[in-house]
Amino acid sequence: MRSNPADYQLVAPGSLRSALSLLAEEPDGWLPIAGGTDVMVQYAAGKLPARKLVSIWGLPELRRIEVLPDEIRIGAGCTYTELRAHELVESEFSLLSQAAALTGGIANQNRGTLGGNIVNASPAADSLPALLVYEAELILTSARGERRVPYQGFHTGYKKTKLAAGELIRTICLVRRFSGHIAYTRKVGARNAQAISKVCIAALGRCAGGVVDDVRIALGSVAPVPLRLAETERLVTGKPVDPSLLASARNAAIAEIQPIDDIRSTARYRSAVVGNLVAEFLEKLCAGQAHA
Amino acid sequence: MTEPPSSGNAALCEVSFTVNGELKTVLAYPMERLLDVLRHQLELTGAKEGCGEGECGSCSVLLNGTLINSCLVPVLQAKDGNIITIEGLAAGAQLNCLQEAFLNCGGAQCGICTPGMILAAHHLLGKKSDPTIEEIKEGLSGNLCRCTGYIQIFEAVAEAARRRTTS
Repeated sequence: MRSNPADYQLVAPGSLRSALSLLAEEPDGWLPIAGGTDVMVQYAAGKLPARKLVSIWGLPELRRIEVLPDEIRIGAGCTYTELRAHELVESEFSLLSQAAALTGGIANQNRGTLGGNIVNASPAADSLPALLVYEAELILTSARGERRVPYQGFHTGYKKTKLAAGELIRTICLVRRFSGHIAYTRKVGARNAQAISKVCIAALGRCAGGVVDDVRIALGSVAPVPLRLAETERLVTGKPVDPSLLASARNAAIAEIQPIDDIRSTARYRSAVVGNLVAEFLEKLCAGQAHA
Repeated sequence: MTEPPSSGNAALCEVSFTVNGELKTVLAYPMERLLDVLRHQLELTGAKEGCGEGECGSCSVLLNGTLINSCLVPVLQAKDGNIITIEGLAAGAQLNCLQEAFLNCGGAQCGICTPGMILAAHHLLGKKSDPTIEEIKEGLSGNLCRCTGYIQIFEAVAEAARRRTTS
């Protein structure tokens, strides 16, 4: 059943400060809406529980990308199009710009925001594994003040986050220390654009002296939350990439995920794909050394 | 069909924007979809509703120069915006070069996807005047067509790009 627009309030306060004071007056009363690529889908299907919405689309305070000597600070309201167009994001955080390019078609990239992707908290979100491997930190803001928290652990369960009532993500911070790493990403879906992932991966690492070093692997669509493969990372670190390591890395990765059967895929298929993706990443990481 | 009981929370508001060069003011609920306001109040029925969830692109319009799905935009967020719909591309009886190319190449069959396809292509050519076939495919990847098989559409966009650069 389609929603009746007469039942829904929507206000556009025009500044972050006014949006936050509105949220403070009635913290559970208002649902923030940015580009609407998730909220409007629920609304159209008659499945949006909130009846009062506050537009944070286009707030200049949320739209900046700030480059500091040691980190880059991305406003939560930046769109995928803006992420793709940013030279430093592309050169130093290529996993994020590639994830932005793989998310939806052009129209959705023009409206979907990084902050919205985090708060929507879908385990299948394409940009979130990249944030895990870059060890992003989030600046959360409310009328009470700001706090900075690691992104790892922000999702506490399926579609659940640590965001407090009345709080918004203001900024996503990424430390600039990965430009020397080898980056690997794949989205496995029914088609490239628009399709929601069956599995997606973002991984980073180095190969030093023939062994795996500073490796990070994260996956989407294989657990209730985007997942970093801590055990698999530990297992491969300091080891040369050879057939026996690839076999044990496959097994370790499959043991860490909790895939399910759903409309897009099956748990069995997802496990097989995860094993293949992790093996492909490790092979690329030490290509040259591994076969020497 | 019976409507669910309305809680009547929302008040109608005046929203002004420019559509195809003309300033318009509508009275609407702020959460009304831009698509519905364009079609029902302004009688601009070029933009179509396909999926209603941002997957098919048949409701594509340009808002402040960027391609959007008008089914996903509450009308309040279009306030003071500059909107271009398919009705705004032709200059009177003179078709836009993309429209000509779609005709020449057989890029339109049933027509439901065509306005969105042409606006997505228009947006692409605004950014890349001489796109590769891969860039054309990516630029139109959010627009679904169930008739043509896409080949004629890609050819039409390539032909329009050639004509624009040579004319």
